[in-house]
Amino acid sequence: MTSIGAGTDRYLAEFESLERGADRAPAWLAALRREAMARFAERGFPTTRDEDWRYTNLGPLAATPFRAAGAVASLNLSSETVDRAAIGPSAWPRLVFVDGRYAPEHSSRQRLPGGACLSSLAEAMTTDPELVQRHLARHAHWDADVFAALSTAFVQDGAFLHIPAETAITAPIELLLLTTVPGALAQPRILVVAGPHSRFTVVERYVGLTDDTCFVNAVTEMVVGPGASVDHYVLQEQGASTFHMATIHAALERDSAFSTCEATFGARLARTTLTVRFGGEGGRGSLAGLYVTSGRQHVDHHVTVDHAVPRCSSRQLYKGVLDGSARAVFNGRVIVRPDAQKTDASQTNKHLLLSDGVEVDSKPQLEIFADDVKCTHGAAEGQLAPEAIFYLRSRGLDDTAARRLLTLGFVREVVDRITVEPIRSYLDRTLEARLGTERGSKEMP
Amino acid sequence: MLSIRDLSVGVEGKTIVRHLNLEVRAGEVHAVMGPNGSGKSTLAQALAGHPAYAVTGGEVTYLGRDLLAMSPEDRARAGLFLAFQYPIEIPGVSNAAFLKAAINEQRAARGLDELDAMDVLERLEQKLQLVEMDKSFLSRPVNEGFSGGEKKRNEILQMAVLEPTLAILDETDSGLDIDALKIVAQGVNRLRRPDNAIILVTHYQRILQYVEPDHVHVLFDGRIVKSAGKELALELERRGYDWIRDEVGAVA
Repeated sequence: MTSIGAGTDRYLAEFESLERGADRAPAWLAALRREAMARFAERGFPTTRDEDWRYTNLGPLAATPFRAAGAVASLNLSSETVDRAAIGPSAWPRLVFVDGRYAPEHSSRQRLPGGACLSSLAEAMTTDPELVQRHLARHAHWDADVFAALSTAFVQDGAFLHIPAETAITAPIELLLLTTVPGALAQPRILVVAGPHSRFTVVERYVGLTDDTCFVNAVTEMVVGPGASVDHYVLQEQGASTFHMATIHAALERDSAFSTCEATFGARLARTTLTVRFGGEGGRGSLAGLYVTSGRQHVDHHVTVDHAVPRCSSRQLYKGVLDGSARAVFNGRVIVRPDAQKTDASQTNKHLLLSDGVEVDSKPQLEIFADDVKCTHGAAEGQLAPEAIFYLRSRGLDDTAARRLLTLGFVREVVDRITVEPIRSYLDRTLEARLGTERGSKEMP
Repeated sequence: MLSIRDLSVGVEGKTIVRHLNLEVRAGEVHAVMGPNGSGKSTLAQALAGHPAYAVTGGEVTYLGRDLLAMSPEDRARAGLFLAFQYPIEIPGVSNAAFLKAAINEQRAARGLDELDAMDVLERLEQKLQLVEMDKSFLSRPVNEGFSGGEKKRNEILQMAVLEPTLAILDETDSGLDIDALKIVAQGVNRLRRPDNAIILVTHYQRILQYVEPDHVHVLFDGRIVKSAGKELALELERRGYDWIRDEVGAVA
């Protein structure tokens, strides 16, 4: 399975046509792409024999003939549709991508302070070539990760955000990534560079406007400079038949603070490969996620926190609600390298099982090579407690309302971490809708 | 208001309450006393409709309705309230959200408009004073991290907010210090009206110093073996439960 990767042929063909095309990539990028393509072709899509993919079968993904989104026409979207899909008000700086392609007509880049740059990646290659070259594909492990390789092989456009040193931006910056065309492969690529002591919030918002089969392969690289503070959100509501593969890599420099919070509602198969790497002392990382799944949805999180240096702290909190025959995979890896003394790491992963047909594979993976560290982990799964249901019913809630309230209570711990409006109210609203409406559960302290 | 006739209740196949009879009229306060294992909590839970307690015989009429045919939520909506002996912790659900849901479910069942968050808060704040609880109580998750006394006071808060027609307090007085006991007793006395009724299930006579019962019943081995006025409680306090055992044994 190593010489000719499974399911890679058509991507090779697409790649060759890309190379022949009018795309004028700089030499460094062309070389990078070729290398990445070779890597992808060599590896092919992982199988369940691959330890990192043991519980996630990519057979259906590899077998589906997706066309590169560039080859198909995307829907013409009205501004109402775009506004509806967006989380933030139009006053937020916003870049919109339709099937992976930048849509300037729907984007608004105003209101950023001087020196800050929010642009398409293609533009940035012209305006900020040095910065792009220094960071693009230098963080996400495309040599080891097939999906990062596939993304890198086809990297053309995407989002580029650079906030310079000592710059604080209040309004969250929204990247709205829409999936519209059935059968298309969209590969959004996001590069975020936070200058020293900068502070801002960036939101990745994925919305599927089609329930036909799509393949979204997103790669986000974030460089959090010394003393910088970046809050990152991923809010995913892809269509019911979408394969959503997300690779996120955050490189944290000295004394930086990074938080990422992910809410997963959509897609038939959603995989997040998240890596947070501490490259300088004093870094703090907060990683949180909640997923609410039903039907035959499959949600897989592979989280790696790499404590490569001393005195960093990381907190992981992932909670999943599973209904129907949904399946969840969680692999939380914490590496504490030999020099990383005074590391403080914790990991919590909990699942609420609403039906008997669901399946969970949760695995902590602690690799600790330093001795003066504090590392904790906990995993739990369970159903709603009958005693709690009865307690609520004895106060007048019917069985359905009681279960909803308890389920909302289960995810509250994650939701409560979010203070930014309207992200918080978006989540409240979406949870209400996904878990059914419930009298009294909103608008209260 | 409540008429229990020949009621038998079992848990996991074991009969706990046997052929029990009890009449409760509007305006009355009944104390149901008895030693551990006599069936007090089983009676309370069965009246609230706990699914683990299987009624194996008898009937219960509440406000003219067949109580045993009603779901737990319908009983609550019809004004029946059980203060739990061991209140349940509900992580992630604030007291306020919980009470708002309960108020509005009960209002909806009575054809009343839903109260909004502000109305509910106002109502809750008034009642908080009654149980001498801080406002921060409302934003804390239901019973989570509460002390034993706080949990019991939280039950009384719920009772005060929901204003039940029939309140059953299952050993709400157990384990309370004197201050908390007075607060609970005050909550009960506030509820006491000609159109309401209260059943105090208790092991001790203590609370009856503050809440004067109209009737005292002794539950023994799943049966009410003795009923009298409030003086019976004092006698139980003085003499314990052993003499009851002897008396019942002598009769049998």
